[in-house]
Amino acid sequence: MLKLPIYLDNNATTPMDPRVLEAMTPYFLEHFGNAASRNHPFGWEAEEAVDYAREQVAKLIGADPKEIIFTSGATEGDNLAIKGVYEMYASKGNHIITATTEHKAVLDTCKHIEKIGGEVTYLQVNPEGLIDLKELEAAIKPTTILIAIMYANNEIGTVMPIKEISAIARKNGVLLFTDGTQAVGKIPVDVNKDGIDLMAFSAHKMYGPKGVGALYVRRKNPRVKVTAQMDGGGHERGMRSGTLNVPGIVGFGKACELCMLDMEEDTKRISKLRDKLETELMKLEEAYVNGSREHRLPHVTNISFKHVEGEGLLMGFNKNIALSSGSACTSASLEPSYVLKALGLGDDLAHSSLRFGLGRFTTEEQIDYTIKAISETVLKLREMSPLWEMYKEGIDLNSISWAAH
Amino acid sequence: MAYSEKVIDHYQNPKNVGTLDKAAKNVGTGLVGAPECGDVMRLQIEVDDATGMITDAKFKTFGCGSAIASSSLATEWLKGRSVDEALKIDNMDIVEELNLPPVKIHCSVLAEDAIKAAINDYRVKNGMEAIKFEESVVH
Repeated sequence: MLKLPIYLDNNATTPMDPRVLEAMTPYFLEHFGNAASRNHPFGWEAEEAVDYAREQVAKLIGADPKEIIFTSGATEGDNLAIKGVYEMYASKGNHIITATTEHKAVLDTCKHIEKIGGEVTYLQVNPEGLIDLKELEAAIKPTTILIAIMYANNEIGTVMPIKEISAIARKNGVLLFTDGTQAVGKIPVDVNKDGIDLMAFSAHKMYGPKGVGALYVRRKNPRVKVTAQMDGGGHERGMRSGTLNVPGIVGFGKACELCMLDMEEDTKRISKLRDKLETELMKLEEAYVNGSREHRLPHVTNISFKHVEGEGLLMGFNKNIALSSGSACTSASLEPSYVLKALGLGDDLAHSSLRFGLGRFTTEEQIDYTIKAISETVLKLREMSPLWEMYKEGIDLNSISWAAH
Repeated sequence: MAYSEKVIDHYQNPKNVGTLDKAAKNVGTGLVGAPECGDVMRLQIEVDDATGMITDAKFKTFGCGSAIASSSLATEWLKGRSVDEALKIDNMDIVEELNLPPVKIHCSVLAEDAIKAAINDYRVKNGMEAIKFEESVVH
């Protein structure tokens, strides 16, 4: 029996894998110690558990356990990496290169850097959501200390050419930081093969718990350092003070181990479901996939249904299907998704978009239900849409002088 | 954000969706909003020339559930009213009837604008002067 509601918003967060919860439970109860307590078994057990988790996390991304700094999540990792590099490498320069489609945790951190005297270049992306490597190279100056480009985008799933980007960074003696939140655990990420110097990621996007993440900081070739952003007990090699979230870290480790084990199987199954969903929905007239279909995460698709507004569309089924839209129809923010706009989409198409994030627990039955529910709602709303009627009558919507309100 | 039951009901069972002959002399059409803002409403009224009563009203809306509900409700209220009475419909009446939250007030404003635009279209077609309305403030 199909159980409702269906969860298709796995880019926002994933449900925890029950195996992760099972691994965590003892660390709330009998093994509750502080990993920094050196003088008794409670502390030793906690430390041992953290060390083991650190290995599990490191293994997933091909890193050395010593290169893993546990954080509260990817937002903290983004902040620590960018602000930490900016402060640590101040004598080398003050210029950072990033892209317009980055997550707010990166963009707002970069804005902060600008406020305190740094210089930031924001690279545009093409309609596929990819940056131009030549533009990247041309943006590098003698004062450039960091390139911050995400591994994969949270709204459209576009995967950036990280290897090529890191080659450019290396050649020019610039560090590469990548926000790996959406990619790690979903596609193979290897910090050495990919040439990554720093990478932030988070447990709750890969079937682990919320409130825990990691920042990978390279220790060799080159040895990278970041200035701590929180003062305190000097945990995590002095880069991130604060008592370690032992149960969270244990869960994170387990989640990484499971991703490594299941990635191939999961990817095969989930991408097949994603493709089915996409193929069926694209049978509707005037439906468009946003971003690259070639360089894309296997579980994501973002589709615009022209002449239907996203929030209105969601209302047709959001009791039964959890999805997100690129439209924000509130008086506070009439602006649709900045990521979709960066692709060059008109506001009308950006307002008409839905983001689908499938996951480990998505079933074919759920996808079949979703295809039917969305198709029906799109058709119903188009019958109600004056724009659809004009389009069908062959009226060029751009020829109308709309009263902007 | 949770929608009120009335909004959900209008969304699921919209009243008076459709199109009247916009070339007809006794039909007034109001098209307001803009695709890039995420809302476009088209509201039409059919007027009995002899009595000045609105005999039919239809809408089509591109927008969120609150925008659809606001226009659906507006058509219900328009039918059977005189044109003069229709001018008295205030966006805050719609807000109250549908329990719209503050972030959705602009949907009701748009519906009021659509009513006024439809009436003016009817007036101009029939040799009357368009009424000058104050610019809507809430957007």
